[in-house]
Amino acid sequence: MIPEIGHFALALAFAAALAQGPALYAAARADDERLAAFGRRCAYLALGAVGLAFASLAAAYVASDFSVLNVYENSHSQKPLIYKFTGTWGNHEGSMLLWALILALYGGALARQARAIPADLHRLALGTQGLIAAAFLAFMLFTSNPFERLLPAPPDGADLNPLLQDIGLALHPPFLYLGYVGFSVPFSFAVAALIRGRADSVWARLVRPWALAAWSFLTVGIALGSWWAYYELGWGGWWAWDPVENASFMPWLAGTALIHSIRVVERRDALKGWATLLAIAAFSLSLIGTFLVRSGVLTSIHAFAVDPERGVFILAILFAAVGGSLTVYALRAGSLAPTGAFAPASRETALIANNVLLAAACATVFIGTFYPLFVDVATGERISVGPPYFNMVFTPIAALAMALAAAGALMAWKRADLRALARRLAPAGAAALVAALIVAVVAEREKAAGAGWVALCVWLAGGALADLAGRVKLFGAAPGAAARRLAGLPRAAVGAALAHFGLAVFALGAAGVGLWRTEEVRLMKEGDAAHVAGYAVMLASVENTTGPNYLAERARFEARKGARETTLISERRYYPVRGMQTTEAGIRSQGGGDLYVSLGENATGEGWAVRLYFNPFVGCLWWGAGLAALGGALALSDRGRAPARAARGAAASPRAAAAEAPA
Amino acid sequence: MIRIRPILAAAALVLAAPAAGVEPDEILDDPALESRARALEETLRCVVCQSQSLAESNAPLAKDMRLILRERLVAGDTDEEVVAYLVDRYGEYVLLKPRVKPATLALWAAPFLALLAGAAAAFLYVRRRKPAPPAPLKPEEEEAVRALLEGRE
Repeated sequence: MIPEIGHFALALAFAAALAQGPALYAAARADDERLAAFGRRCAYLALGAVGLAFASLAAAYVASDFSVLNVYENSHSQKPLIYKFTGTWGNHEGSMLLWALILALYGGALARQARAIPADLHRLALGTQGLIAAAFLAFMLFTSNPFERLLPAPPDGADLNPLLQDIGLALHPPFLYLGYVGFSVPFSFAVAALIRGRADSVWARLVRPWALAAWSFLTVGIALGSWWAYYELGWGGWWAWDPVENASFMPWLAGTALIHSIRVVERRDALKGWATLLAIAAFSLSLIGTFLVRSGVLTSIHAFAVDPERGVFILAILFAAVGGSLTVYALRAGSLAPTGAFAPASRETALIANNVLLAAACATVFIGTFYPLFVDVATGERISVGPPYFNMVFTPIAALAMALAAAGALMAWKRADLRALARRLAPAGAAALVAALIVAVVAEREKAAGAGWVALCVWLAGGALADLAGRVKLFGAAPGAAARRLAGLPRAAVGAALAHFGLAVFALGAAGVGLWRTEEVRLMKEGDAAHVAGYAVMLASVENTTGPNYLAERARFEARKGARETTLISERRYYPVRGMQTTEAGIRSQGGGDLYVSLGENATGEGWAVRLYFNPFVGCLWWGAGLAALGGALALSDRGRAPARAARGAAASPRAAAAEAPA
Repeated sequence: MIRIRPILAAAALVLAAPAAGVEPDEILDDPALESRARALEETLRCVVCQSQSLAESNAPLAKDMRLILRERLVAGDTDEEVVAYLVDRYGEYVLLKPRVKPATLALWAAPFLALLAGAAAAFLYVRRRKPAPPAPLKPEEEEAVRALLEGRE
């Protein structure tokens, strides 16, 4: 009964979403508040209904109701309860339902903002959300129904892929989708701005929190996926430029460009067309990411034909969303003329340079990811584009962007004083130079690259600190006053500095693992010792254990470096239902890096194949991403200038605007 | 009737398989040759895997390819010769960094073209918006500004 309720709720949500779009578009056209109120109620109804559908599916999973095909295919009665629940979205249909739920949540949240947003803008944006929701729910109902029954019910399920039975990967999709789907709101705002032919600083101030929220969630989502790959896949790496990873990275790059250019719209009433285009791109890339990963087309063009019904539906939605929004853009972008003037040395020009670099980076990842597909379709030849390509072309662009970020964040709007800029950045530059020298002397491998990267990280982090120090007038005032000023700073500025600092920390982690990782692979018997990065690691014992739904070999390693001693546990698990093996790496964070050990097979009886790594600074990857996301969240809590003042500022002359201090 | 639909990529990361790479019995005694082998593995694809390099894959075919690669190194091949040997047998599909040739020209040119086009567009955009002298205020605007400024003090 419960699955039928869920199915019905899904259909109800579809009906509500179907009415929401046209009702709100018509309300915007006729300026009809009653129709608009109806449209908003549709958004709330869709939220309630999708929530009910999701709860129904989760209930079926928790209760192990194997008469539901989806539960049968992806769950098992012996699975721990937490993974029964998270298994709800560990499969195609369930994850689409999570997508729809998050979309409905954003729709409901946007509907609540009716009073804070100009009526025509709000109606057009919420109407666009309705269209997206309708397309998505139709896709679910007609090709990916999670509530399909399986009668008679089998006695037990086929289990969830054991790699997904993990907390990192259970949390990865919700955050990733909060990011992907979050970009639907800036997308809807962009389409609405194009339709009404007006995007101004009020528009930008309204879009910015949504864009920042989506960006922060996406940052966390990608970091969680990378963290999971690091500890669960047992190869000690964290990013492989895999098409699936790239699919999530492209919207992140476009979103990063968006949250920077939206500031220029807000402050300078320029780059409006470009910002709307970025908003469209960020969500379109999110759609491409979701769908193309799901359709399997990234793996091989031929996988597309396995399920043509879904494939065609996916293509139709993509075509409608991307093609439709770009058509509106082509028709209306001309109406978004900028008013501001640009000086070559100014914050806004630096932000334009930032956008050029980020857009080029995004285009590079896009072309690299899809190029094998193009070549396959065009010539039938199969080629690969992998990490060596991406590292070679992406890294220089990223380095340029980081180098610029330190300076750009310190520049004033309108006209920056370059001499003052140099003075404020001098400490960061000196610190970078010293860091480079230290690395050049101390480091053992990859000296030049290492010195360059560490210098870049110190430069960027130093720039962020100099930004904050300058704002609170850290030097030349009483410490108490500086602390008070820090609390009173605009949160957007603190957030930006924090995010840049996080990026520097992250890049240090990437450089550490990339350049100085050490590795030892060998056969070990109990009592054998191996050496990596100055650690003597002994395999103390291997014993057989059983978990709730798996059998395992559990190895205990004792590591020693000088007086420091620590124990690491690594497991090799076998999940009988799926017949799959997984590795649980043993990881100890200490001494500026992770000691990482992964237990392999004892194939010949002569010992276990053991992989030992020392990954310097690897923790910086996740800390840096976390700081960046926190910076985004902090910035989004800054509501900007009060609406009344902003409106007055926009209406008054350029001279009045020029009187404002740079922020 | 039990019907199991062909499950496409179930969740985003199902594609990822547990990775491993070089195994102890493959490692060469000569550390110089072994480190060359490790570097080469990173640039070659396991042809039956989903975007895994030889350095990451535990597929039997990847093991075979790692062994062939080491055999060639021991036989005295240069890095280029080893790669050519593998390309002859498995096709250019094994190269994670594609060769520059007519079919990949667009791939290699793309980053530079994107940067150039972006820089040109940005340059034109900024130049077109040279700071113009602010337009003189209308009398009623002067009044409004004065009122604003006085109200703020």
